[in-house]
Amino acid sequence: MDKIISVNNVTFRYAEDSARPALDGVSLSIEPGEWVAIIGPNGSGKSTLAKTINGLIEPDSGEVTVGGLLLNEENVWDIRKMVGMVFQNPDNQFVGSTVQDDVAFGMENLGIPRDEMVTRVHDALEKVNMLPFADREPARLSGGQKQRVAIAGIIALRPDIIILDEATSMLDPQGRAEVLQTVKEVKERENLSVLSITHDIDEAAEANRVLMMSAGKLVQEGTPEEIFSYGDRLIELGLDLPFPERLKASLRKEGIDVPETYLTEEGLVEWLWTLSSTK
Amino acid sequence: MMDKLIFGRYIPGDSFVHRLDPRAKLLGAIFYIVIIFLANNWATYAVLALFAFTAIYLSGINRRFFFNGIRPLIWLILFTVVLQVLFTSGETVYLSLGPIVISQEGIINGIFIFVRFVLIIFMSTLLTLTTMPLSLTDAIEYLLRPFKLVKLPVHEIALMLSIALRFVPTLMDETEKIMNAQRARGVDFGEGSVFQQMKAIVPLLIPLFVSSFNRAEELATAMEARGYQGGEGRSKYRVLHWGRNDTLVMVAFAVLAAALFFLRT
Amino acid sequence: MVMDIVFDKVGYTYQKGTPFQSRALYDIDLMIKEGSYTAIVGHTGSGKSTLLQHLNALRKPTEGTVTIGDRVITSETENKNLKGLRKKVGIVFQFPESQLFDETVAKDIAFGPKNFGASEEEGREIAERMLPLVGLDESFLETSPFDLSGGQMRRVAIAGVLAMKPDVLVLDEPTAGLDPKGRREIMDMFYRLHKEQGLTIVLVTHQMDDVAYYADHMIVLEKGTVMKEGDPREIFRDADWLKSKQLGVPSAVEFANQIQKQFGWSFSTLPLTTDELAREMKPFLLQKEAERQ
Repeated sequence: MDKIISVNNVTFRYAEDSARPALDGVSLSIEPGEWVAIIGPNGSGKSTLAKTINGLIEPDSGEVTVGGLLLNEENVWDIRKMVGMVFQNPDNQFVGSTVQDDVAFGMENLGIPRDEMVTRVHDALEKVNMLPFADREPARLSGGQKQRVAIAGIIALRPDIIILDEATSMLDPQGRAEVLQTVKEVKERENLSVLSITHDIDEAAEANRVLMMSAGKLVQEGTPEEIFSYGDRLIELGLDLPFPERLKASLRKEGIDVPETYLTEEGLVEWLWTLSSTK
Repeated sequence: MMDKLIFGRYIPGDSFVHRLDPRAKLLGAIFYIVIIFLANNWATYAVLALFAFTAIYLSGINRRFFFNGIRPLIWLILFTVVLQVLFTSGETVYLSLGPIVISQEGIINGIFIFVRFVLIIFMSTLLTLTTMPLSLTDAIEYLLRPFKLVKLPVHEIALMLSIALRFVPTLMDETEKIMNAQRARGVDFGEGSVFQQMKAIVPLLIPLFVSSFNRAEELATAMEARGYQGGEGRSKYRVLHWGRNDTLVMVAFAVLAAALFFLRT
Repeated sequence: MVMDIVFDKVGYTYQKGTPFQSRALYDIDLMIKEGSYTAIVGHTGSGKSTLLQHLNALRKPTEGTVTIGDRVITSETENKNLKGLRKKVGIVFQFPESQLFDETVAKDIAFGPKNFGASEEEGREIAERMLPLVGLDESFLETSPFDLSGGQMRRVAIAGVLAMKPDVLVLDEPTAGLDPKGRREIMDMFYRLHKEQGLTIVLVTHQMDDVAYYADHMIVLEKGTVMKEGDPREIFRDADWLKSKQLGVPSAVEFANQIQKQFGWSFSTLPLTTDELAREMKPFLLQKEAERQ
């Protein structure tokens, strides 16, 4: 099948005299239904990259193709219909005065008839489990709930891909878990692609592929397992160490031999099990 | 004191007044404030007061709370009224001291002005207490529609209003947060000389401006990402329903106006 | 003088006596000992931020008494003369970078000390000393705080609180929104201050792993009151209770419980960190190895 997104050799500078470009010859592609995570320390160009995909930032050179359309000034609004974006700060993307008004905002922009909007608002809120809050004002919602409303506003527009731009980084663990769960469910049900920019290990673990950015460049790519086995280097790359890696490091300190490959928590238990059952 | 002031706040409810179309309430309140100037004797003011009290009764809002909430404003009005009394001349003079004259007409005039102020505050407070800010913006947008003909950006005004209202609680929180942070760094708000107080406000205002600008920028980006390109070609999710009660209320206001015409001298 | 902070039957109600009245705290007894590293955990809305503002009298309790060092604060306490407390108990609020306002980093850091009577030169000197403490060098002194990256702004804001030389440092999720590297550096810095200078620390956090690594005292807050207070190891022992409150336990505790149950091992103490866990696991693993040979 055709790629849903391809970014080809994109370069961008915020100001002409910037010391280095924010994006420096970046190329990547995303398949339909794929979940791709981008990691990297703050300031490595992750969010800038996300903004080139729906035309919020126009690259100095290189091209972006979304759903077969080469992004240009004429079709940017069509492309924004296909690309839903959840931003970092839950408050600063909540436009409506109540939950349902906010979900409807994107549809109002497209001129969708009111009856259709009412059905879609209802459906979208149901899918993110926010229906009971339809009349709530944003001030009376938690961060996680606001982000779920943002997701509802996106799926109401029937997009092809959803971009999470550090969408969970300002949330507490509970909010983080509920947003991640919502994205997982929505992705399956609506058959979406997901591009998530994140520092969160659990979010990165959901991806099919993890891309690493550093100083405006894509420097590495791998499965979560491959990337997680980097040990302490992960911290430099802007990701936390997964628990099994931390425990392995501690065991090594105690002089115990541990496998080099990445183990999930279950994998770790299994390894201990074989260790303790072989006679 | 700010905690007790209820002017401009909304209390959720399901009373007769709450359920009215916001356009009816807004029109009614404006109309009331206009026709109040027809009143010029005891009878007319009595009718107006009776009307206001009925409205408050129908809103189901606790009366004691209502009057307590307005009390902070009463002092302001009393002050203007006293000035009015002191500087109005009349035929029956009780006391004259240089430019200060206390006359019967002055006192009666003062009382009327006082009642007028209070009634205006009653009705406008009642409007905001029983109408969601959002519904009010809807009503304003609807009532401003004729002005589109003279190129007034009605949609933009309404959107600005609703976004501003939506961010009021957010900015209140933010203000409190920054105030606390600066108090923790040794700032005394509301203490010391006027100059010191002016100085204390800088560490509050600058962060507020900076964060509001950041918010505005992020909000604009988010709106653009969600396909906002101005009012052209937009549909509307919110609709207003004009019901029989709304018409009835309009009739009641008309009757009130007629009564005032009849009773005034 | 001992800088303990003691809450006795403390309650706080917002907008008391109006229809908007809401009770944020009730019946709170707790004690934060001088020199301790106390963690306060609880969900959003459990009253943590209201409680925090009582620690330096930004709010006065509507019921009960708060004792900070030798000062007793009740609802009757006058607002005057509370300023001294603010110097003794410094608070780093959530996303503290939003408090930056001055032209230069140096001036912003000196803002607190100057409010407490430091001269221009003293302020400058304090700023110079504070920057390396938060991992920034002197080249930042004359920069505008608004030209810094988010992580750097955070550090400058923290320096601005440390500059007041507080006896107690209160941290409200000081690493929220930072990347893992920044998180680790900042948490290590606070721990160093605690160890080297005996600074009392109160950490409000959602990260149970941070509680496990750093805290020696723990307070669990729920729905406006204290549910548990004590040694973290004791509290984490009741993992089921914490999980039922959806508060979670440190990953090492979770894993230790799982393998003890699964392999029939029993550890001498409950390990809170991976290092402790590895130490507890070692004898069992070695024993297996011996059996194999």
